[in-house]
Amino acid sequence: MEYFLVQVLNGVQLGLLMFLLAAGLTLTFGIMDLVNLAHGSLYMVGAYLAWTFITWTDSFLLGALLALPATFVVGVIVEVVVARRLYVRDHLDQVLATFGLILFFNELVRVIWGPAGKSIAVPPFLSQTVQILPGVPYPAYRFAIIVVGALVALLLAWLVARTRLGMLIRAGASNRRMIAALGVNIELLFSLVFGLGAVFAGLAGLMAAPISSVKIGMGDDILILAFVIIVTGGIGSIKGAFVAAMGVGQLDIVGRVYLSDWLKAVMDPAAASAAAPAISQVLIYIVMAAVLVWRPTGLFGQRQ
Amino acid sequence: MAGKLFGAATIAALAFAAQPVWAQDSVKIGFVSTFSGSQAAIGEDMRRSVDLAVEHLGGKIAGKKIEIVYEDDQFKPDVGKARSEKLVQQDKVNFVAGYIWSNVLLASLKTVTDEGDTILISANAGPSQIAGELCNKNFFSTSWQNDQTPMAMGEYLNTKGVKSLYVVAPNYAAGKDMAAGVKRTYKGKIAGEDYTKWPDQLDFSAELTKIAAAKPDGIFIFYPGAHGVQFVKQWVQAGLNKTVPLYQVFSIDAITLPQQGELALGTLGAQEWVNDLPNAQNKKYVEDFKKKYKVYPSYYGAQSYDAIMLIASAAEALKGDLSNKDKVRAELKKANFKSLRGDFKFNTNQFPIQNFYIQEAVKDPQGMMTVKTIATAVKDGKDSYYQKCSMK
Repeated sequence: MEYFLVQVLNGVQLGLLMFLLAAGLTLTFGIMDLVNLAHGSLYMVGAYLAWTFITWTDSFLLGALLALPATFVVGVIVEVVVARRLYVRDHLDQVLATFGLILFFNELVRVIWGPAGKSIAVPPFLSQTVQILPGVPYPAYRFAIIVVGALVALLLAWLVARTRLGMLIRAGASNRRMIAALGVNIELLFSLVFGLGAVFAGLAGLMAAPISSVKIGMGDDILILAFVIIVTGGIGSIKGAFVAAMGVGQLDIVGRVYLSDWLKAVMDPAAASAAAPAISQVLIYIVMAAVLVWRPTGLFGQRQ
Repeated sequence: MAGKLFGAATIAALAFAAQPVWAQDSVKIGFVSTFSGSQAAIGEDMRRSVDLAVEHLGGKIAGKKIEIVYEDDQFKPDVGKARSEKLVQQDKVNFVAGYIWSNVLLASLKTVTDEGDTILISANAGPSQIAGELCNKNFFSTSWQNDQTPMAMGEYLNTKGVKSLYVVAPNYAAGKDMAAGVKRTYKGKIAGEDYTKWPDQLDFSAELTKIAAAKPDGIFIFYPGAHGVQFVKQWVQAGLNKTVPLYQVFSIDAITLPQQGELALGTLGAQEWVNDLPNAQNKKYVEDFKKKYKVYPSYYGAQSYDAIMLIASAAEALKGDLSNKDKVRAELKKANFKSLRGDFKFNTNQFPIQNFYIQEAVKDPQGMMTVKTIATAVKDGKDSYYQKCSMK
């Protein structure tokens, strides 16, 4: 039972990280109609900036707090210099241009930080375990990711549902032209939303850094999963991204833990361990396809 | 028709005249390793040791200049194969050396040894296939066969009386060899086995939770470089360092210790070379390396240094004439050089017959993390596949 609970928490932690990455992506896709392949680069830039600030300040918290506004600035610069010109173009042009951005950012990081990866240490006050239930230890840092992730999700829910900015975001997601016609300063809104998305991606990147590593191309692998999440959840829907991300987190754990245990009963352990994650990967796409057949615009997408 | 043939022959003749393959005045060595990305630190350690070997040789072998061409495999088998092909076909090197990763080596093997008929010296990777059925007259190793180091660990665990063991390794050629190796010699109970996605999985939360639930007496891991750093960190974060000791191969070394720091203190590993092995050439190598680069060398570096010295011994014996490959192979096979491991000789499959030691992660008097030898686990160990090799 405790074992089950801990594995569920592992899935929640992964799901929340994925949600942070998917939130920005679904906003830019839903509101600006921009397919931003370079979103993973912002995840990487966030992690590298955090590494720099943490090294400077010698404090994880301070470094992380400085990295977030810095990632926001990078996001706004990308929006003003590149992304803004792409809103009116078709999706193919956007894919090409933002793929170019990926190459640009990977090269830029290589020039600034060098080809070797960086490592961010878990802050000392989080390097222990916490008791989630009496006698059930859980790594404190992972627990912190869950807490921060949940808080940010709540904050985002409040922002979207209760504030004027959120109202504009929701309006933009359902009918972009209409809100422009109503005299909303769309340029400012777009820059803000893009920057906000960058901050969430950066936050995911810097929180993931101590448990994975800070390296060139770290966001590219995870981006496909983020796209699956936003398409399954419904493009433009924060709620959808959240539900889909949590689902993907649990599916991943099922693949790594339970599926491989079941398969080991009938096949060689190495083969079982190889097959299980592959099957769970495929499972994610099957779930996505099933959702799209049932609801072509995703779980919480706007119906046409 | 005759004109056309003549034309083709002229071009061919000119091409050969332009590049006289063996009449060069340098010994050219191609060196394939990982110089970019998260595992670049390993490649850097190898490059430093190769440079140091060249320096110790005075930049010359048998009066000919040593020319090293470094190529980055980017940690990818397809890139490694393409780079190896370039070294053989375009640079026309005399030897190809290096290779950290078994999957990269397996992808590149035929390109170098068969299509290129060039001698390849692995300075790290040792997949079981090449020690057995794929063994090749053009292939030499200055490292080990993958199974051997974990087999030594298994022997040591038996003498230590560890009753149950949980095995975790990445799911690729070397990971499977390593797990097979420890299981071959370890006589206790295998409490569980997990194979993780390679190379993209750096999060071991699910596996560590399973280990905590299985309550084994020890964990056996094989996670080279960046992955070893992450595993050790997460092992401590999960609080398992207080309950389940970690036994490792290739996961806690001079590459990873600067990042693992005190978290790794006291963990045990198996290795064929340790920086404190008592022989003169090893002392010189370690001292000069530390003086030049301010850090400890690793076995990756030591094996690369040995690879260059092995090449030098053969080329010296032939007075720099590398045109007859049978002679070159025969000289290499003698292994007439001073290895950093001490005595060094080749088995029939051209893998070394050697000792394996148990090392402990400690702090040196200056406060730097390093490893020191605490026991000899295996003496004159041969790998388990050489009888499958057709070379006798």
